[in-house]
Amino acid sequence: MASVNLLIGVSLTYVTFLFAIAFFAERATARGQVTWLRSPLVYTLSLSIYCTAWTFYGAVGYAARSGMEFVTIYLGPSLVMIGWWWALRKLVRVGRAQRATSVADLISSRFGKSNLLAIVVTIMAVIGVTPYIALQLQSVTLSLAIFAEPEAGALNQTGAAFWVAFGLALFTVLFGTRNLNVNERHNGVVIAIAVEAVVKLIALLAVGVFVVWGVAGGVAPMMERIDASPIGTWEMDRSRWLALTALSAAAFLALPRMFQVMVVENEDERHLQIASWAFPLYLMLMSLFVVPIAVIGLDLMPAGSNPDLFVLTIPLAQGQVGLATLSFLGGFSSATSMVIVATLALSTMVSNHIVMPVWLSSRVEGAQVSGDVRNVVILSRRASILLIIGLGYVYYRFSGGGAALAAIGLISFVGVAQFLPAMLGGIIWRGATRWGALAGLLMGFTIWVFCSLLPSFGPGVVLSSSVFEQGLFGLGWVRPHALFGIEGIDPTVHAVAWSITLNIAAFIIVSLVTFPSPLERLQGAQFVNVFDHSGRAQGWDAARATSEDLMVMTQRILGAEEAQTLFRLEASRQGLDGGLPEPTQGFVQHLERELAASVGAATAHAMISQLVGGASVSVQDLMAVADESAQILEYSNQLEAKSHELSRTAHQLREANQKLTALSVQKDAFLSQISHELRTPMTSIRSFSEILRDTEGMGQVEKTRYASIIHGEAMRLTRLLDDLLDLSVLENGQVSLRHETGGLGDLLEKSIRTAQAGSTEPLTIRRRHVDEAVMLSTDHDRLGQVFINLITNARKYCDAETPELVISVSRDGPNLSVSFADNGTPIPDDDRRVIFEKFARVGNQDGSGAGLGLAICREIMTRLGGDVTHVREAHGNTFVVHLPSQSALAAQ
Amino acid sequence: MSTQGATPVFLERRSYRRRRMMDALRLLPILGVFLWMLPLFWPTPADGPTAPEAVPLSTAATYVFVVWLALIASAFSLWSLLRARPEMDEDASQELR
Repeated sequence: MASVNLLIGVSLTYVTFLFAIAFFAERATARGQVTWLRSPLVYTLSLSIYCTAWTFYGAVGYAARSGMEFVTIYLGPSLVMIGWWWALRKLVRVGRAQRATSVADLISSRFGKSNLLAIVVTIMAVIGVTPYIALQLQSVTLSLAIFAEPEAGALNQTGAAFWVAFGLALFTVLFGTRNLNVNERHNGVVIAIAVEAVVKLIALLAVGVFVVWGVAGGVAPMMERIDASPIGTWEMDRSRWLALTALSAAAFLALPRMFQVMVVENEDERHLQIASWAFPLYLMLMSLFVVPIAVIGLDLMPAGSNPDLFVLTIPLAQGQVGLATLSFLGGFSSATSMVIVATLALSTMVSNHIVMPVWLSSRVEGAQVSGDVRNVVILSRRASILLIIGLGYVYYRFSGGGAALAAIGLISFVGVAQFLPAMLGGIIWRGATRWGALAGLLMGFTIWVFCSLLPSFGPGVVLSSSVFEQGLFGLGWVRPHALFGIEGIDPTVHAVAWSITLNIAAFIIVSLVTFPSPLERLQGAQFVNVFDHSGRAQGWDAARATSEDLMVMTQRILGAEEAQTLFRLEASRQGLDGGLPEPTQGFVQHLERELAASVGAATAHAMISQLVGGASVSVQDLMAVADESAQILEYSNQLEAKSHELSRTAHQLREANQKLTALSVQKDAFLSQISHELRTPMTSIRSFSEILRDTEGMGQVEKTRYASIIHGEAMRLTRLLDDLLDLSVLENGQVSLRHETGGLGDLLEKSIRTAQAGSTEPLTIRRRHVDEAVMLSTDHDRLGQVFINLITNARKYCDAETPELVISVSRDGPNLSVSFADNGTPIPDDDRRVIFEKFARVGNQDGSGAGLGLAICREIMTRLGGDVTHVREAHGNTFVVHLPSQSALAAQ
Repeated sequence: MSTQGATPVFLERRSYRRRRMMDALRLLPILGVFLWMLPLFWPTPADGPTAPEAVPLSTAATYVFVVWLALIASAFSLWSLLRARPEMDEDASQELR
């Protein structure tokens, strides 16, 4: 019999060997010799931390109790690995592209870098995995106790558990937190667990070979003994076979320690392809001898001995101390490698998602504080490791190490499987939202606690037996093993089915009804379409950060050397010689990802946003989501439109200025004109009145002639003054319009008569009377005044040999216009612009008009709600009077 | 990234073969699920006295392990065949259209 002391000596030697291997692996990494450390073989072997002490000891116990059912725990992962193309390929790619450090980091990163989500996942993971760690401690102490049995009292089990926990914590602290690696890979740890994987496989195979060929005497007799044993027939709870296969597949993907070795420690995606057949092979070899060992154990060992320890007790009973010691080392390896990686994974989560955010927010200075944050991160990692192993130890002490190993393992599996909907949903469905993920996780977690975790302590411990029988608060449909009153389901199947189903349902329903933030939508696109574009398009308003701030922060997390290399490379990429690179958007994103690899996505995001200002993210991201190029195009279109508008305004201003200048010239001209106009009649009035007064003996005929001249001149003055007054009244808006209804034809007739009256050489006027049959409701006197003015103008200024005026009425929908086209010389362009202005007179015409007629016309038309315009023809001028649409009534 | 517009209707024989092997690789886990869930149809003593005789454990274990081995062998041979025929476009082999 091996003494406990010998065994402890062997264990210590083995542990020293592991320390040495890990140490040399770290040394080799530091020297840059990483190729052999990162071979597909090492990757595959590191995956074997799936096989914990639960596999090593528990599988045989499981088989002894339930026959082939144990194998479901290995069928699920085998299917996942063989089907790597479906889920693992994307998971690994996403995890690497996003530099995810843990399951919590991946989920939080997918759902908008939400730290709340990361905290929830972390707490769930700690609660789910702690019993599993306790299980490992229990298996090591149990196996030690087996050796100690003959010398009773030689082993203090809790003391042994404490020292095992202490040793594991020491190893994890030493090799798990040696440096804050840029990519969070731990070569020392990985190589150590790869070695342990070989040890446990060899140990289990050795025991198996011994049992089949040494005890049973070959394969055929072994088969006979199997069929003759108490578990010799196929007895299977069908729902368990199905549910446990699915559960193990889910747990394989969602276990924090599996994520650590499968995604975080993955060096090359091609290793996954090799592991896709190599890891199922490993699992198959691990399971191959489980049934024979169980059968032989049931056969040879005394009734009541613990089937979980057959792997140890059979060789011991057969006097094979060396084999038993190897077997012990195998179990020890299984336990330690699991505890080390699980603790590493959990401590990363706890440190990144709970300790660091709390620490950062407790510092008023935020991310810009000087000093090395790396020490804080490493310290918080170490504290987390001690905390988690401590929790495992405490759980072990209080649970008393009683329950069958398999039960604890399964409970833990159901707990971590709750991550799967959020994880897989997040990478295949863009519509998944943060609230959906949170709802799903909490729903699944609650059901797991109520249906699986709490009942595992037995009735009357946490949940009273009345809760088991009558339900929570006496509600019959909330019984831990019969939710919704459906009884008779196996408790594990019950917990798996309800927790996963309701988890997925809550995840989907809440996702459907909530709306994701821009960052979430962006990350969703990045995750789901990871194979289309691995780049990130998340917008930091980079201009707000200074390179110095970023440098200070990066140094504190990555270390001075690492940070300087990073910045130097970026500077040379930007084409800058020496100095710091410009904080471009791309650079800040790159930096965030580098930081995320050390402190997790949410923390890195928070730190960068402290420097850059998080507020800009939403708008910027929306722009990115809505396609950046479209935005730029729109912006340049806006600019173009604005510049057009400006040049248009400038043109209008120039025109107005020219008009003003012209008007000013005309006004001056008019003033001299008006004084001339007024002086000419005044002069003749004065002269002729003097003649009348001073001439003696003037004949009656003469007197009448002179008086007529005086009267005519006075009339001319009056007319001029009337016009001026009229215009002034119109312009000031003091005119009152008298609306009446009448025919357009009659109005034109009257106007023509008035305009032609007293004329020596009347104008030829052509009209189309049919068109004029329109009833108008307007101020006919004023409109007539416009017509008279236009006709008079044509008569006065038309210089054709046979002056002619064509008056036509045209109708375009509700709009009515009357045009007056003469055949005189067209008005020059220069004058056209001002003909409607006051005092404007075209060319050097005789002084009979004051230049007010057209100005009055325009004023009147404006008052009537219409307009009068001048159209230039090749021969002649056309004035068009546009009548307001409502003034034209239905045609007669 | 696929150049969908430029993809010819018929692939050359080599890449056609390769793609069908990828299809096989993708379908392998489905075959695995089917074969491993087949034991659900086996009779068990719990089905009552009229049920056919239960399958002996040795047969059941052999069946499960033979399926396992066959799946591993298929995955291995597909992997090595695919590795021996690298497609010209590395990206396309990742995409496996």
